[in-house]
Amino acid sequence: MSATHPQPQITGGAPEKGLGHPRWVRLSHWIVAASVLTLAFSGFVILMAHPRLYWGRVGNELTPALIELPISRNYHHTGFGPATPFFDRPGSPVTAVRTYDIFNQNGWGRSLHFLAGWFLVVTGTLYVLAGLCGGHFRRDLVPRAGELAPRLLWRDLADHARFRIQAAAGGPPYGLLQKASYCVVVFIALPLMLITGLAMAPAVTAAYPFLADVFGGSQSARTVHFFVFASLVLFLLVHVLMVILSGFGRQMRAMTLGSKS
Amino acid sequence: MKDPQLLITRRSLITGLASAGGLLLAGCSEQGPPTYGNVLRMGDLLTYRAQRLLLPRHALVREYDRRDISSMPATGTANPGDSKEEAFSATHGPVFEQLHAGGFADYRLSIEGLVSRPGSYSLEDLKRFPARTQITKHTCEEGWTAIAEWTGVPLRRVLEAAGVQPQARFVNFHAFDEDADGIDMLDALHPQTILAYGMNGRDIPLSHGAPLRLRVETQLGYKSMKFLRRIVVTDRFDDMGKLGPLQNGWAWYVGI
Repeated sequence: MSATHPQPQITGGAPEKGLGHPRWVRLSHWIVAASVLTLAFSGFVILMAHPRLYWGRVGNELTPALIELPISRNYHHTGFGPATPFFDRPGSPVTAVRTYDIFNQNGWGRSLHFLAGWFLVVTGTLYVLAGLCGGHFRRDLVPRAGELAPRLLWRDLADHARFRIQAAAGGPPYGLLQKASYCVVVFIALPLMLITGLAMAPAVTAAYPFLADVFGGSQSARTVHFFVFASLVLFLLVHVLMVILSGFGRQMRAMTLGSKS
Repeated sequence: MKDPQLLITRRSLITGLASAGGLLLAGCSEQGPPTYGNVLRMGDLLTYRAQRLLLPRHALVREYDRRDISSMPATGTANPGDSKEEAFSATHGPVFEQLHAGGFADYRLSIEGLVSRPGSYSLEDLKRFPARTQITKHTCEEGWTAIAEWTGVPLRRVLEAAGVQPQARFVNFHAFDEDADGIDMLDALHPQTILAYGMNGRDIPLSHGAPLRLRVETQLGYKSMKFLRRIVVTDRFDDMGKLGPLQNGWAWYVGI
């Protein structure tokens, strides 16, 4: 790397000794990474079968959508026979025969989604237990009280915005925004994905209806599931960008081989 | 350097993986849906075993109010008697056409297999059983939902009348189109699993499965088979060959 390279500015210089990540963190990181990528891919395939999002309990091609996504040939298809009302009254709900051969790969798509989901749930549960018991969360992930001063937060934001990225140690200690984003992913986004996913399952909501109720219905849960997915994709892009900007080789070594000090 | 925390974590990881594996192995030693060595089917089997293990048995799905009834598309086969349908059966399609023309007066549902009194039931016979009406949400694997009112006879009543034998473990269904599928005894005896002949206060419309469809409210929509023709009670798992979901790449249990 040329020293005259203008941007990004890597500040602080490479640390002498990277602490690296413990083996259980490295192992769970890559299992979670593979599971999340598989879930995102299969989830997208599932969404392509019905690229319409709704709010509430009910939503289908004969009811209005909140958002329609142009991601498969099913987008705005009009392949329906004449609508027949269920009741003899104005404004009655209707039925109609679908005459359009929709894109639908949910046979393998759904099974792959849940298979990856199992890997994520099992690994994630063990990771959270280990992180809680071993002090990793308290020590490395949760911002300390003093760190939460608006001034520090603002400075970290401004530094990121100017691409002034601290050279990575290849492991903790983490920056303030880094801690915040990992905490949001681990403690909010991924659990929310699991809960909104289960809120769409008829056998699960039969036993635990509040899972769907807290979102206002299973279609609302599906919509939240989609937006949290979109946020996680955004996180993934920024995460990979930051790994590159803060020293790709050192970061990858720390998360694969661990650091030799 | 040995970090004691590392040891605990590694041990718990192994324990966790072993118990997940045990759940799968239990699936193999008992009779259940086959995996054919396919990793996707192994995941499905794990989901089935886990839901059976963790969820309370016979929890009722929510029932709604009449004013919650929504529009509902008719997907899949719309008329098994129509030879242009994708799942048209050359054997049973013409029979259905004839029954439909006669207002289903000659319709008979056959019940066979591990029952003491195999036989067939006309719609009138089925309507003589105490009826159950439920307003429930249909969840399609595609991602859409709809609420409708269904009226029919609990499958449990019919199975009891036919005298289900104690070793029975699965109830399989054959339809007038090229569809065949099954459920386990737990779902078959669920109070909301009904053989429905009415929808939204009328006879079921043709496109929604006339004259008789299954409602399995604890699973996704494709398990609630339309156009029922025949019920077979078995003690061993039957993947229903080319007509069943498994050989077409679909999960057999879809509580999620």
